[in-house]
Amino acid sequence: MDLAILQFLSSGITEGARYALAALGFTIIFNASGVINFAQGESIMLGGLISAILVQAGWSLPVAILAAVLCATLASILLQKISLRVLQRSGILTVIVLTVAFGMVVRGTVRAAAGTSTMTLPHFSSAQPLSLMGATILPQTLWVIVTALLVLAILGWFFECSRMGRAFMATASNAITAQLMGINTKMVLLLAFTISGIVGAVAGAVTAPITYTSFDAGVMVGLKAVIGAILGGMGSIPGAVVGGFLLGIAEALTAGYVSSAYKDAVSFLMVVLVFLVRPNGLFGRPAVERV
Amino acid sequence: MASALPPLALAIVAIGFPIVLTNPFFIALANQVFLNAAVAVSLSVLLGTTGQLSLGHAAFVALGAYGSALLAQHGVAVPASILIATILVGLLGWGLARLFLRLAGYYLAIATLGVGLVVAVVLRNEKEITGGIDGLTVEPLALWGADIYSEVVWYYILLAALTLIIAATLTLLKSPAGRALRALHDAETAAIALGVDTLRLKVQVFVYSAALAALMGALYAHYVGFISPNAASFHRSVEFVMMVVIGGIGSIAGAVLGALIITLLPVTLADFEQFETLVAGSILLATLIFLPEGLVRPVKRIWRRRVS
Repeated sequence: MDLAILQFLSSGITEGARYALAALGFTIIFNASGVINFAQGESIMLGGLISAILVQAGWSLPVAILAAVLCATLASILLQKISLRVLQRSGILTVIVLTVAFGMVVRGTVRAAAGTSTMTLPHFSSAQPLSLMGATILPQTLWVIVTALLVLAILGWFFECSRMGRAFMATASNAITAQLMGINTKMVLLLAFTISGIVGAVAGAVTAPITYTSFDAGVMVGLKAVIGAILGGMGSIPGAVVGGFLLGIAEALTAGYVSSAYKDAVSFLMVVLVFLVRPNGLFGRPAVERV
Repeated sequence: MASALPPLALAIVAIGFPIVLTNPFFIALANQVFLNAAVAVSLSVLLGTTGQLSLGHAAFVALGAYGSALLAQHGVAVPASILIATILVGLLGWGLARLFLRLAGYYLAIATLGVGLVVAVVLRNEKEITGGIDGLTVEPLALWGADIYSEVVWYYILLAALTLIIAATLTLLKSPAGRALRALHDAETAAIALGVDTLRLKVQVFVYSAALAALMGALYAHYVGFISPNAASFHRSVEFVMMVVIGGIGSIAGAVLGALIITLLPVTLADFEQFETLVAGSILLATLIFLPEGLVRPVKRIWRRRVS
């Protein structure tokens, strides 16, 4: 393996971790409610940007990140409250548009309050690149990878083993039956948006030192998250993670070997290719209609 | 009688507007409203009948614009170039719809989103063909041997185009196919049981919608004389969705009203640019929460009650 590919892989994994966590949050909400959340990228933006603003204001890094995660989670819960109200009255299509509107409001608020400047967080540990098998890797990349794995492990345990997580899985597979079994499906919905907000904000904060952040940083990530989730198979949690990482790596390889300008086009071409071969995504099951 | 009153008044205002208000700024603004309104109508039909969201309508507009501009650059007469570009985008829409409507759910929305991303990237980077971010100068529309530059003439061309599109759309919705379409939206399973080929209808509506967007894009290009990749941005696509939702999904009058509001918003907020996203987003959010049917339908109901 030549050195260049290691370099591309490391940047692909960093970007992929962001996509994967965003796609994960997106899938959790989709499973709980059937809503396609186009505001998913905003929790990533909030996580990174609020941390950066607070650190600049003199807060210590862990406290700033904690506060940012809290803000993003509150925003996500607010979206859930509004969505539930609109969902009961107007149906799913309206809620999908609602998430677009909510994203604009979040972006607009941040823009009005904090301006349009690009900000960054200090690296969590040293900013000095490490040498790994001849390629240079930022320590922050390791932070990103470890954090992503940690989040995935915690969520894996939560959904497989905890009582609440299993209630979630039951609701995702069949909401009405779950309700008849005595599961509080409204609570599950709230849980989905909370987890999604936390996961997104953590991803935003841990990647901010490398990717930088600004008020509109969430748009592209959010769209890529949707595409990553579809790539892996809509509704599949492992699929979302794999899809996100694949997307990040494919983009980095395209940027490295073909042209950095066409990196944004890769995601869609991948979706078309996967659709032609496996219409339900890499991990999707043929059961399609969700209401 | 009473129901004919508002359209009649509207027609008089629309025709008289450039005669009374001769300021070219206002006429240019009105032209922008007509262009946006026609695209919003095309999107509203798609949303209102098939329930399918398009997040890439700006890309269809941009493809129509660039397509016609490039054809004209290579010697095709301008009215013909508009027609060819429209048909080509219609074909693209057909391919997309065939590929992504096989699955239930909102895959088509994602597909249109993807097309939007790809189109924007290509337009920005293929400098030799599209001029890149610097954009492209477009040849003017020539009718009966004369190049058309006048804002007022364009005002009437675009007004006519919008009127024709609205008329065609209303006719379509009232035809048997249109009734099947509405059945599709209200109760898809029932429509299938009654023998409606829902997939085929959905594909046709999507093609109609994409082609109309391309047509307006082509007209836009020859009217303004210049196009840039910004026309294809995700932001533009969201603006079209906003126009439809604010006016009321599926409502033709609503699409026009929504286009009016969203087009005038940046002009009224010119001095408060930093609040533009916030205000636009808040208007959309408030509409969805408090007026889920949009602005037009409640007003219509009140009007009918008044009259009767």
